[in-house]
Amino acid sequence: MINLATNAQNTWCTGCGNFAILSAIKSVLQSMAEDGFPLENVVLVSGIGCHAKIVDYINVNSFYSLHGRVVPVAEAIKLSRSNVRVIGFSGDGDSYGEGMEHLIFAAKRNIDITMIIHNNRVYGLTTGQYTPTSPLGFKGRSTPFGSKELPINPLEVMLAGGATFLARGTSHGLELLKKIFKEAILHKGFSLVDVLQVCVTFDNLYEYYDKRIYEPPAHDPSDRTAAAAMIREWDYDNDSKIPLGIIYKKDAGTFDERFKPQEKAVDRDAKIREYLERRI
Amino acid sequence: MAEVSILIGGKAGFGIDKSGTILSFIVNSLGYNVYTYRDYPSIIRGGHTFSIIRAARERISSHRSAVDYILALNQDAVALHKDRIKESSVIIYDADNVKCDGVCPVKNAVGIFVSGILKEEAAPEIMRNTCIIGAFSGVAGIEWSIVERVLRKEISRDIEINIRVARRGYDKVKALTAIAPVNNRTLPLITGSEAMGLGFLKAGLDTYIAYPMTPASPLLHFLAAEAENFSVKVIHPESEIAVMLMALGFSYCGESVAVGTSGGGFCLMTEGLSLSGMADLPVVIVLGQRPGPSTGLPTYTSQTELNFALNAGQGEFARFVTAPTDAEDSYYWAAVSLNISKRFRIPSILLTDKTICEGLFNFDIDSIKEIRPETPPASVFPPNKGTVIKVNSYEHDEYGITTEDPAETVRMQDKRLLKMKSLAEELEKYETVKCRGKNNSDTAILCWGSNGPVCEDVASSLNLKVVSPAVLSPFPLNAFKAALKGVKNIISVENNATGQLRSLVNSYGIKVDQEILKYDGRPFSVDELEGLVKSKLSA
Repeated sequence: MINLATNAQNTWCTGCGNFAILSAIKSVLQSMAEDGFPLENVVLVSGIGCHAKIVDYINVNSFYSLHGRVVPVAEAIKLSRSNVRVIGFSGDGDSYGEGMEHLIFAAKRNIDITMIIHNNRVYGLTTGQYTPTSPLGFKGRSTPFGSKELPINPLEVMLAGGATFLARGTSHGLELLKKIFKEAILHKGFSLVDVLQVCVTFDNLYEYYDKRIYEPPAHDPSDRTAAAAMIREWDYDNDSKIPLGIIYKKDAGTFDERFKPQEKAVDRDAKIREYLERRI
Repeated sequence: MAEVSILIGGKAGFGIDKSGTILSFIVNSLGYNVYTYRDYPSIIRGGHTFSIIRAARERISSHRSAVDYILALNQDAVALHKDRIKESSVIIYDADNVKCDGVCPVKNAVGIFVSGILKEEAAPEIMRNTCIIGAFSGVAGIEWSIVERVLRKEISRDIEINIRVARRGYDKVKALTAIAPVNNRTLPLITGSEAMGLGFLKAGLDTYIAYPMTPASPLLHFLAAEAENFSVKVIHPESEIAVMLMALGFSYCGESVAVGTSGGGFCLMTEGLSLSGMADLPVVIVLGQRPGPSTGLPTYTSQTELNFALNAGQGEFARFVTAPTDAEDSYYWAAVSLNISKRFRIPSILLTDKTICEGLFNFDIDSIKEIRPETPPASVFPPNKGTVIKVNSYEHDEYGITTEDPAETVRMQDKRLLKMKSLAEELEKYETVKCRGKNNSDTAILCWGSNGPVCEDVASSLNLKVVSPAVLSPFPLNAFKAALKGVKNIISVENNATGQLRSLVNSYGIKVDQEILKYDGRPFSVDELEGLVKSKLSA
């Protein structure tokens, strides 16, 4: 066993759904190491929000970025070091709000990174406001009379955007999270896992989710039409059943593999002189 | 002929810009030193576009208002430039589109009926300017072989028809006022953008990232075109926010990285700029200024972002800010910025503008001090076996773990600011303040950035001194004071409305006596500035 703990004190609330994500990712990193993957070749990136503290709690390379800016940092690390596996952690306010543009472009590029979204549907660190995935009428501190807008369905946006791996889990389902995380990380291309992670302090949905979640037994993730139907079954607003599991998976070329590796042997001084000769 | 200025003007979209470049290479081939100013509106078709090519025996990097030749592709090229025309000016015009009789107050006007030539050569409309370039070359007595060589070098499409059309123009006219060749070494002619790009490549640039924005786009285009040749990554992502954050991701992996933008894009980059300061991640930002506020005049020039560059980003952190004056200076400071950023692990900002980014300058690489890519001492970057590398936008301890401890906060803030002190010491090895012109003059022109060359031209004819700080942060106060030794009268010259450099030096206790400000989006011409400085001297 590799010790993945740091000296940082954990400051999540008791019962926070983030513990399940931390536990699952540590277990996946352990198993990757056991399979022979060197953990120095992993870089974790996080945004700002309760989710983001996760990088302080794992003794692996990390980039604790800005709110909404997990994706561009993660993309650059992959483009710079093709042998590195980049795992981004982000919140729903973080990536579905402030950073949605980056997320859509990462999906469009099918860049080989993994995004794990701690989707608790409420702002925790800023003490309880509605987010892009809060239901219509959500009473938060910025919407005391109820939010006046419908939530977005992030998985639907990602499917349309060109993501090649989409999944959903919950913080009450550790084994499923482990399975999904590992497959998402090993997937070549852009992968996103929407984790219905519960904020016990500002929006305790454990019971709500426990009553509705299920894993469709015969779902085929290579079937885009079936994936779209599974995504649309729950729109983050209605009280329907909520399907979990790997929703969509497709093999496709990636942005990062289209860059030529840098040739260190190029004689730049000679090339600069050649260029200047062309400008006479 | 000691010097000559040529204006070519026509409708935007009619290849005026390219023609300006061709004319620049033609006179450059005659042994002259060349500077070319380009003026174009922020539209794709229509409007009036022109270039002024100034050629002289001496090194120059500024233009004159008055011109010796006007190559007129449309009526505006004559009508809008009446103030530039002298009686001795020669106007060569497209007689199908320009009426000159009674309108052109010059002795020599040469009209060419271009339409007929194009028809006979089955040439497209876009070649009207090629025909006029041919006619100009004939009038100026330029050897045909030079014209043909430049056309073949600069035009890739339909080159044979272009040559025939130019030759027809050339043969239609008689030599009137020969531009005699001079016996100078012919130097390459490049834009300030190309110079900056070459400087970055020289200092080991690995990746350049930018979202298109005038006047920084030509740098993006140059590096993108040369990416494979120099083996450098060039990326154009979804926004300037992504540009800056990607840059920091590359920087985290140990790459040499630069980004480019203008004021509006830089606004979006400031959160990332501050992160660079917090997380010790080197990055160089090219900030191409243009008149603001807001969208302002996108295709024109200004020096309005000095305060912004010095103060952008929340919190207090070290930064290196330079303002090169011409192409050679841009090459040098681009390379130095990349090295300084890498060594001190701080952001650098290269302040430039449209005058430099899009102006054409002679470039003598042998005149520039040699720079080698910096190899930072004992840095490790991921992936590195046995090392966990953490960077953090929060205040953090030396392992990169978030902290809110008061003593740790002070320690880390002091550590970051200490860089400014070490950087200031390091910079004593550099020429941080340029001192030109007549050294013992008690009147000095104070300027920065692209105003350097025009101020030097004026200073040399009025026997004045020119002082221009190349480094603006950390401010080189000692070198600046030394440069002003013996000076009793300081006249500051800036392309902004509030005198940003004047305010800056004033904050260090240095009083500027007189001020010349221009903020109409156009750079000073030599004759214009000379008049303004003279009136200050006699005031």
